Amino acid sequence: MKRRSVADWTFEIANHLIMLFVIVITLYPFLHVLALSLNDPMDTVRGGISIFPRRFTLINYRETLNYQQIPWATFITIMRTGIGTFAGVLSSAIVAYVISRKDFLFRKLVTVMFVATMYVGGGLIPDFMLVRHLKLMNNFWVYILPGLISPFNVIVIRSYMDSSIPDELGESAMVDGANDLIIFWKIVLPLCLPVIAVICLFVAVGHWNSWFDTYLYCSGNPRLTTLQFELQKIMTSAQTTSTVDYYSFLDPLRQIKVTPESLRMAMTIIVTLPILFVYPFVQKYFIHGLTIGAVKGS
Amino acid sequence: MSVEPMADGHSLMPLVPNKRNWRKTIARQKYLILMVITFVVWVIIFRYVPLWGWLMAFQDYKPWKSIADQQWVGLKQFIELFKDVDFYRSMRNTLAMSFLGLAFGFPIPIMLALLINEIKHPRFKRTVQTISYLPHFVSWVVIASIVFRVLSPLGIVNEVLIRLGIIDNAIAFMGEPAYFWWIVVFTDLWKEMGWNSIVYLAAMAGVSPELHEAAIIDGAGRFKRMWYVTIPGIMPTIVVLLVLSIGNIINIGFERQFLLRTASTRDVADVIDLYILNYGIGTGRFSFGTAAGVFKSVVSLSLLSIANWLSRRTTGYKVI
Repeated sequence: MKRRSVADWTFEIANHLIMLFVIVITLYPFLHVLALSLNDPMDTVRGGISIFPRRFTLINYRETLNYQQIPWATFITIMRTGIGTFAGVLSSAIVAYVISRKDFLFRKLVTVMFVATMYVGGGLIPDFMLVRHLKLMNNFWVYILPGLISPFNVIVIRSYMDSSIPDELGESAMVDGANDLIIFWKIVLPLCLPVIAVICLFVAVGHWNSWFDTYLYCSGNPRLTTLQFELQKIMTSAQTTSTVDYYSFLDPLRQIKVTPESLRMAMTIIVTLPILFVYPFVQKYFIHGLTIGAVKGS
Repeated sequence: MSVEPMADGHSLMPLVPNKRNWRKTIARQKYLILMVITFVVWVIIFRYVPLWGWLMAFQDYKPWKSIADQQWVGLKQFIELFKDVDFYRSMRNTLAMSFLGLAFGFPIPIMLALLINEIKHPRFKRTVQTISYLPHFVSWVVIASIVFRVLSPLGIVNEVLIRLGIIDNAIAFMGEPAYFWWIVVFTDLWKEMGWNSIVYLAAMAGVSPELHEAAIIDGAGRFKRMWYVTIPGIMPTIVVLLVLSIGNIINIGFERQFLLRTASTRDVADVIDLYILNYGIGTGRFSFGTAAGVFKSVVSLSLLSIANWLSRRTTGYKVI
C-alpha cells in the first residue's frame, strides 16, 4: 500500500476531531439535563453541575410523577400515540395499496387528490373553524382524525410496494379466488412490513411529540392534556411568573423540597425517555428497511 | 382478471372505454373502491373543505351567523392587512429567520455529509450518524426546555464564558432581543443538521466508485475528488432540496418561535403564523386571520414555482 501523505494524515485527524465535536455538542445538553434532574434541587442552585449529579437523588422524579395532571397526561399521551399510530398507518397503507394498483379505475384521481394536499392547505384558521364545526373541540378524536393520513407516508409506502412486490403476486392470488381485501391483508401488508415498521415509528414519534393540538383544541378540558403540553405549561409559567410564584404549581399543602427548575428537568427527561428507548429500533429498521427494499427490488 | 392479455401483450380492453366496460370494471374493483372511499371522504372533509374556508377572507365572518348570512366585503381584509404595522414586523421576522436559517441550515448538512462520507471506520461512521440524528426525534418542547436551561444566567454557557474570562457578568440570553434570531437558527441547526445530512449521504452512496477510482488514477487528491466527483454526483439532490426550501421560505412555522420567545423578545419573535394565530384565533378576527393565511399560501406557491422554473432553466432539473 502507498504511504499516506502528510496532508492526508492532517485531514484524517481534523475530520475525527470535527466528528468528536459533533458528538459532544449533540450529547452534552441531554447529559447535562439528566444530571440536573438527578441532583439535589437545593444543591443545583449553587451551580457548577456538568454531566454528573453532585448529590444524587430521585426526589425530582417522585415529585414530578405525583404532580397534578402528570399521571393522567401520561395515559392520554399513550392512548393517542397507540390509537393514532395504528389508525394512521393502516389508513395510509390502504390508500397506498389502492393507488399502487395500476389497473384501478380511479387511480389517477385518488393519487392527485392526496398528493395535491402536500402543496396547498387551508391554513390555521380554516382548519380551526372546521374542527369547531365538527364538534371536535375538547374531544379526544381531534388528536386522531385531522392528521390521520400524511400524503408523504402514502407515497413512501406506495413506492415500496411498486418496487418490491411484483404485480404477478396479486394476479395469481386473484386467479386462486382471493379478493382485493384479502390480497391486501394477507399478501401485500406482510410483505411491506419493513417500510410499515419505519412509518409506524415516525408516526408514533410525531404523536408522542405533539403539543400544539392540545394547546389549540383541548386546553379547555384538563382530562385531555398530554405530557408535552404539561411540559410546555411548566415552561411558560416559569418564564412569566416571579420566583415566589414558581412554587405555586406545587401542592401548597406539601412541604416544598424541589425547585421548579429541577422539576422541569425531570419532566424533560421523562418526556424524552421513551424516544430514547425507541430510537435504537428506529435506527435498526431504518437501515434494515432501506437495504431490504434495495435487494428485493432487483 | 377477466381481461385476458393477447399474445402480443396488449389487453383486449378498448382504448376508449364504453359504458358497459366501465360498469364491469367498477363491479370487478368494488373492494378497492370500498377500501378507499372512506379516505377519499376524509381527504375531502379535512383537506378540501378548509380550502373552501378561504372564502372567509372576503367576508366579515361572524361565528353566530349562518354561512349564507355572512356579509361580503371584497378585499377589505387584505387592505387592512397591508396597512397593519404588526404585519410588516412579522414579515420581517419571518424573512430574517428564514434567510439566516437557509444560509446556515442549507450548506452545513452538506458539509457534514461530505465529512461523514470520508470516515473510513464503518463503526465510527455509524456512531456519528446515529448520534447526530438523535435530536431530530426529540420534541421542540423538550429542546426549548433544554435551551432555556443551558442559556439561562445560571446555565452552563454563561458559566463557561465567565470562567474563560470572556464576559464578567452573566448574560440573560433568552431575554435579549438581539440574540433571539440567532438562538432560533442555531437551535434548529443543532436539532436538524444530522437528519438533513442523511439524504446527501444516501445520494453519495449512489455515486459510482469507478468515478473515484478514475479520479485517483488521474492523481486527484481527496479535496479534488470531493469537489469534482462527489459534489457533482449529489447536485440533483442539492437542487431539489434548495428549490423546496425556497418554496418554504414563508412557511417557517411557529413552533420554535412560540416556545423560545419570552415577554421581552416578542417583537422579534412573532412570525407570520404567530400573527395569524394572535389575530385570527386570539382576538376572534377569523376573516382577517384567513386573509393573512391566504396571502401566505399564495406567496409560498409563487416562490415554489419561481424556484422550480429557475432550476429548470439553469440546471435542467425539475422538481414538480
